[in-house]
Amino acid sequence: MEFENITLTKEIPIATIQLNRPDVLNALNHRLLSELVFCLEQLDSDDSVNCVIITGNEKAFAAGADIKEMAEADTIDMLSRDSFSAWDRIRRIKKPVIAAVSGFALGGGCELAMMCDIIIASETAKFGQPEINIGVMPGAGGTQRLTRAVGKYRAMEMILTGGMMSAGDAAKSGLVNRVFPVELYLEEAKRLARLIASKPPLAVKLAKESVLKSEELSLKDGLEFERKNFYMLFSSEDQKEGMKAFVEKRDPRWKGK
Amino acid sequence: MPEFETVRVAVENGIGRLTLNRPDSLNAFSEKMTTEIQTVLKSFSADKGVRCVAITGTGRAFSAGQDLKEISPGRSFADSLKRRYNPIIRQITGMEKPVVALINGVAAGAGMSLALACDFRIMSSGAKLIQAFVKIGLVPDSGSSFFLPRMVGYAKAFEFAALGSEVSAEEAMRLGIVNRVFPDEKFADESEKILTHFANGPTRAYSLIKKALKHSAESSLEESLEYEAYMQEIAGRTEDAREATKAFVEKRPPDFKGK
Repeated sequence: MEFENITLTKEIPIATIQLNRPDVLNALNHRLLSELVFCLEQLDSDDSVNCVIITGNEKAFAAGADIKEMAEADTIDMLSRDSFSAWDRIRRIKKPVIAAVSGFALGGGCELAMMCDIIIASETAKFGQPEINIGVMPGAGGTQRLTRAVGKYRAMEMILTGGMMSAGDAAKSGLVNRVFPVELYLEEAKRLARLIASKPPLAVKLAKESVLKSEELSLKDGLEFERKNFYMLFSSEDQKEGMKAFVEKRDPRWKGK
Repeated sequence: MPEFETVRVAVENGIGRLTLNRPDSLNAFSEKMTTEIQTVLKSFSADKGVRCVAITGTGRAFSAGQDLKEISPGRSFADSLKRRYNPIIRQITGMEKPVVALINGVAAGAGMSLALACDFRIMSSGAKLIQAFVKIGLVPDSGSSFFLPRMVGYAKAFEFAALGSEVSAEEAMRLGIVNRVFPDEKFADESEKILTHFANGPTRAYSLIKKALKHSAESSLEESLEYEAYMQEIAGRTEDAREATKAFVEKRPPDFKGK
């Protein structure tokens, strides 16, 4: 697949996908999303890559869905296009995905960032769900993920007013992991990606899966799920190597097996 | 640059000058003037040719603060501050270059606040600073309640704000509110030297210094140490830092380009 709307850069063992429609503040059209999902799925099965970054540019991570694409649509059009099904596939990516956000992360852009596992922001980042201002509401996870991230009351205000949250406030609210100056946010995201990529890949995947399950399961079921994943790792070579290296006081050498 | 009614604007030799120009009203802030100040600061901020901003007043005053003739009953003070004054204070503190207040005469109320928001203050020996708000039953605004206690401590800040008394140039200097005081006859020339120095300095470093100091006002030591490391990383990659390091080795003065 030739990419027109995204740019993929591999710096093994990490990969960076840059959303690349700068003229329209990276508005997420159908084509861009297809490319993004395709690319993520390829990277998920690429053994040389252990961690993925999704980023935009300094001005915009992504300023929302492409409004022009849906302005004239009716319910049946929206149902038959079912463009949000692409978003569901992002959720099934097993490797850790980091959002490196600068500038606007609005609407679908905010929802895309929230679909990632970690959010690194520049000081200029602004998050918001402004759908209310154009007569609709968030449709790609905003009401669910924002509420889980910042709590009911802050989420409600953001979604009902369409207002934006600064990077600093987003960090205080738990929506963002770390904030860096705009000159450095992407490098710092890559540093974090390399750190995660240096960990045993199977354990990373199962840990990510377990954390995500906590959003869906009761505590009892979540604990059981966690325990099974924990036990499962004892059939991996990396578990043997990791614990042996710990006892021998040396650095482990991971195989991803 | 459009035509202005209440301010004068000039850009030369890397210095952007904003002169408050309603001398008959002691350069009091009218609705028109606050709008024009915002416009000018926005253009200075975007203009790469401006590497230092100077704010001063014509006539006897720097600025007497809000024009009281424009205060009408029923108007919202909060709205006026949020729309007219607060953006100016943010423009000054967020300006990625040094902003110097040349306090040529009295700076009262929001006029004093404007001066306090600047990065460097040069005061004429006959000028006065007055937290005049309390005299009309009001309280410090436009950043004074933030800047003043950080400069002089709570006790003095309360005194100035609650008594509305005049602060002389000598006292302002002693308390660390202003950076330089010059007698009237030397004020223009000495100020010019300082503006020229900033306009030929490492502009990016100045802006990072501003960011770091602003950051420290709301940070712990640990956070400041970490933030400093980032600021230094960014500064270290600028052309000016490379040039200055080279110049140091070659034992010559650096030629800063502001990049």
